[in-house]
Amino acid sequence: MKLIRPIAFAAFALTTQIAAYAQSPMKFRSLAVQFPDSTDLFPAGSHADAINNNCLSCHSRDMVLNQAPQPRTVWALEVDKMRHAFKAPVSDSDAAAIVAYLTATKGK
Amino acid sequence: MLSRRDLIAKVGAASFAFSSLPSMAATSAPTANLGFAGGEPIRPLSGSFPQKGTMILQRTRPPLLETPFEVFDSGVFTPNDRFFVRWHWAIIPQSVDASAFRLMVRGHVNKPLSLTLDEIASLPRVEVAAVNQCAGNSRGFFQPRVLGAQWGNGAMGNAKWTGVKLRDVLDRAGIKSGAVAVRFGGMDEQIVPDAPDFMKSLSVDHARDGEVMIAYAMNGKPLPLLNGFPLRLVVPGWFSTYWVKMLNDIEVLDKPDTGFWTATAYKIPDNIHADMRPGQAGVRMVPVTRMLPRSFITNVAPHASLSAAQPVVVRGVAMGGDCGVKSVELSTDEGRTWNAANLGRDEGTHSFRGWSTRLRLDAKGPKNLLIRCTNTKGESQPMKENWNPGGYLRNVVESVPIVVT
Repeated sequence: MKLIRPIAFAAFALTTQIAAYAQSPMKFRSLAVQFPDSTDLFPAGSHADAINNNCLSCHSRDMVLNQAPQPRTVWALEVDKMRHAFKAPVSDSDAAAIVAYLTATKGK
Repeated sequence: MLSRRDLIAKVGAASFAFSSLPSMAATSAPTANLGFAGGEPIRPLSGSFPQKGTMILQRTRPPLLETPFEVFDSGVFTPNDRFFVRWHWAIIPQSVDASAFRLMVRGHVNKPLSLTLDEIASLPRVEVAAVNQCAGNSRGFFQPRVLGAQWGNGAMGNAKWTGVKLRDVLDRAGIKSGAVAVRFGGMDEQIVPDAPDFMKSLSVDHARDGEVMIAYAMNGKPLPLLNGFPLRLVVPGWFSTYWVKMLNDIEVLDKPDTGFWTATAYKIPDNIHADMRPGQAGVRMVPVTRMLPRSFITNVAPHASLSAAQPVVVRGVAMGGDCGVKSVELSTDEGRTWNAANLGRDEGTHSFRGWSTRLRLDAKGPKNLLIRCTNTKGESQPMKENWNPGGYLRNVVESVPIVVT
């Protein structure tokens, strides 16, 4: 175990910064940034096309791959939620294929 | 990629931090181990998001970035460039023209407004220290596991927020009688047009309580874009889902908000710890609202070796939830006895409160350090974990396994 600098010191430094800032009116500047993206496809497997074609337009694959393994019923409910609550335009046959892919690769 | 300096800092921190030592092998990227049971505990670390330092990468698009836990040991305020990030929809403006930006105030009001940033800044300035925590913080520790962002304990942060009272803005527009709710929307958009736009509502009374604010700065600096530049709602004591980012639309409603995000999403069992059994039927579900007390040890990593030869200082942060921290206590005997820790400076009711205590460990061998916060309402963290299908409101007493040598 290693002991670190006191919390009080960091708090003091921040407080000083805020006090200085509070004396001048807020100046708003325009801002432009760039987000990194991920276009990685799902790992190969049966029905990988269905999940690649339907899911990656709204979110990167890491959200799915980071989930713990779940039973088929849970994956089916999730695909249902994406279609009905979040209006993902996924056909019935693709939805079944996506559930099959998830059950095969992240099933329990 | 991590810079060399980040990497050195990371290695230095790793002896006490929760996140794992990054691999030194040239070919593999640094990772964090969030310690989940039941699968997928490893995440990459990323330093490639704008205005952000090294963060735990939960999702690239739309971004979900978790604060590495060792950051919480550096003070009660979370630096802007390490503050967690959570977005629902993928269309997020990557530039904002400060002079063209307008905040609309409309709906059931006497005088609709279209406010520039300078007009907003001309209103009386207020400042509050407040914890911003995702309702699903710590979801990855749920057993059985549930779907959703698989956060460790780093979907939270504490900042000093600067801005104006929401009440002052609403009163300039003049709320008409019969108004019941105020709905907030940001500049982010859904890709599928008929998907529900992300909006959240507060009751009129809550919106006008003088505490809810429109923030244009955190920790003395403009908000990072990923944390809501140029404006975000700050709802002290309530979960982050209400703290709408890139706030550009305020609509006063004369009937309750029946939209998906307010009426359907973010639901929990209607009891104080949001607890139920998996599969339990007939549970009344209500919206996530207020936060609960939590406390964390920030300077002892799980499975750390602590010496019995000399007293050790244990420290961390605590929060009361929607009120202040009354006490923080530590137990080394699985909760049979508790010893009060010293509380650090009071930065305000809604802020993290630092705590520390000097501990003398006698018996050698494995042991757990338990930490418990009681808030000023008298609510204490429970010893039993909660469960609900959304993975919300975890606030069980944290237990850190150590070995006394």
